[in-house]
Amino acid sequence: MSGIFYDVLADPFLQMWQMPDFFIQVLWEGFVSGILYALIALGFVLIFKASGIFNFAQGIMVVFSGLTLVGLHALGVPAFVALIITLGVMYVLAYLVERLVLRNLVNQPDIILFMATIGLTNILIGGGQWIFGGETKSMITAELMIPTGSSVWEPGGGIVIFQHIDIAAALIAAMLIVGLALFFSKTKVGRALRAVADDHQASLSVGISLNQIWVITWFAAGIVALVAGIMWGARSDVSFSLQIIALKALPVLVLGGFTSVPGAIVGGLIIGIGEKLFEIYWGPLFGSGVEGWFAYVIALVFLLFRPQGLFGEKIIERV
Amino acid sequence: MLKKLITGALTAAVAITASINAAQAEDELFIPMLSYRTGPFAGGGIPFANGFHDYLEMLNARDGGIGGAKVVLEECETAYNAQKGVECYEATKGKGALVYNPLSTGITLQLIPKAPVDEIPVLSMGYGLSAAGVGETFPWTFTYPTSYWSQMSSILKYIDQNGGLKGKKIGFIYLDAGYGREPIPLLEQLAPEMGFELAMFPVAGKEMQAQSAQWLNVRKERPDWMIMWGWGAMNATAIKEAAKIRFPMDRFIGNWWSSAHADLVPVGETGKGYIGANFSGIGTDFPAIQDIIKYVVEAGNSQADPSTVGNVLYNRGVYNAVIVAEAISAAQKMTGKKSISGADMRMGLENFVLDQARLGELGLAGFTGDLKGDCVDHEGGGSVFFQQWNGSDFVKISDPIAPMADVVKPLLEEAAAAYKADKPEWQGQTCG
Repeated sequence: MSGIFYDVLADPFLQMWQMPDFFIQVLWEGFVSGILYALIALGFVLIFKASGIFNFAQGIMVVFSGLTLVGLHALGVPAFVALIITLGVMYVLAYLVERLVLRNLVNQPDIILFMATIGLTNILIGGGQWIFGGETKSMITAELMIPTGSSVWEPGGGIVIFQHIDIAAALIAAMLIVGLALFFSKTKVGRALRAVADDHQASLSVGISLNQIWVITWFAAGIVALVAGIMWGARSDVSFSLQIIALKALPVLVLGGFTSVPGAIVGGLIIGIGEKLFEIYWGPLFGSGVEGWFAYVIALVFLLFRPQGLFGEKIIERV
Repeated sequence: MLKKLITGALTAAVAITASINAAQAEDELFIPMLSYRTGPFAGGGIPFANGFHDYLEMLNARDGGIGGAKVVLEECETAYNAQKGVECYEATKGKGALVYNPLSTGITLQLIPKAPVDEIPVLSMGYGLSAAGVGETFPWTFTYPTSYWSQMSSILKYIDQNGGLKGKKIGFIYLDAGYGREPIPLLEQLAPEMGFELAMFPVAGKEMQAQSAQWLNVRKERPDWMIMWGWGAMNATAIKEAAKIRFPMDRFIGNWWSSAHADLVPVGETGKGYIGANFSGIGTDFPAIQDIIKYVVEAGNSQADPSTVGNVLYNRGVYNAVIVAEAISAAQKMTGKKSISGADMRMGLENFVLDQARLGELGLAGFTGDLKGDCVDHEGGGSVFFQQWNGSDFVKISDPIAPMADVVKPLLEEAAAAYKADKPEWQGQTCG
């Protein structure tokens, strides 16, 4: 019994103390993963805030935007022109979603809208594979002037490696988050978005165009998806298996709250750092592979004790 | 009179149509292609499917088929999903299917029990259940030219020849699915016998492109060598993560599904030095591949990007089709029929000869090692050679290394006996 106590309560902390460079590396890798999870979660939050829809298609939007960018460049379009055209494609997608899906489903139950996003997912998967093929593609990292290579820090004879691409991912994500925060709080459209998020009927009554807001929201989610696609694609590659990673955003959302931008960030960081620490220091007790379920266990605990998440709004239904 | 005339004309028309269909069926060889051009593993599935398709289409265009019978291919998309694979099987088995090549261990495991019932053989070329190499227990399943267990033993031999195995720590990173877990029993058995320490790093399917935790663990465990059983997007990500932690690439060996151009081209210079196992030729410098280019690719009947013809997985698809074609040819000679059945095909798979002389006749001299169909040995016991990525292409770096047959065979027989132990209907069946 003392062995179990030692393995759970003493040995992991002893390892952290004995190999501080490795511990810092684990924290850094967790931080970067957390930022990337937060990016994907942010796309979900934007749409959920404005329309109350859990957008199942957010993951494939990450892949679709990444493939569009890489595919355009493969056709000979310069990288930054391809980036602008891809933004245009994401706007057209947002417009079509509003025009063909959302507008026809106004006032339908949430589950109907959720099912519609599953349909959208299948359309984007099929369309993406039809247009771009199913092969794995390399992100045009150098062409987009995203730094590659690494820097080494050697604290006390140890070694901590910082990939420049990870640093860039953290900075770009931070800029995107600040930009979105300013957009929501300082602009007229941003305030309209918050009004729609609070109450659809009341917003309509003061002349806010619901349709226009939905297009803007889906476009903002498309931009977030494109940034996530570029950063994930640069770290591994652009392939359809990336959409599965988007499922990791679900525990992040449960943790941070479905309607909170800061919640997505904090939730992403808690999940990212938490799962790395748990996998490395406590994983061997479970036979490794704990990263796959750790985030969902945390989400389950939160669902039991704080279902609205850390930053979510408490829903009070009066009968 | 008119009524009789119409009835007679209709009867004649039906009879003529039936005889035409019968003649067509007589001259056709139906082969379902369970491929995956979509889904997370399409990156590997596409070039393999192209190679398989293009070789058989080349035989149709150049020789009029095999032994005078045209090959009819029907592609069915599985997306590397076992359920869809079984649906494809059920949808095509009634059309006179001769053999199934699922390109998925998960689908193969589902089809193995069906094969003796429907009398259609399964050729899981270099994948699937290793124990299926024991022909007396698995008369309807083949793993030519070698199995995962034999391959793993060849990889361990390669490591032993390059610095020794005893006292070393071997890391094994694998896709946490039926395919990736397949060689673990062999590794666990051999580790104490051969004196090496084993560290395992599973990668869940949904974590294929987020492997930083696994590679942090690799850094923590400090293995001397890493062996990978990966597929799809997992491979390139693993190589990039290995480079991130500065793991030496010339100590990182991928199995034959983890060392293709599709895996290394996206990695480029980062993967320089990475080693992979292989059993089929690389490049287009073979007359048969040139014929594929001439009769199929340039004729616009291939789905392959011309630049991928001759790549590792394309050529492996070609090799799979060569085995199928040679088995059909052998079955035709043995039965005297142009159009054969699944049972005839099994006979062909147990009796074809693909030695260097025959490979030369096929325009594939030096493409692979000798392979001979056999009743008892459905594995082939083939050797593997090793290739190394030079930053832009693979270069062959070793002669063929034979598996440790003395170690692997008894383990295969033990596993085969365990498989059939709880299957009463399997007790009486044998090969031949």
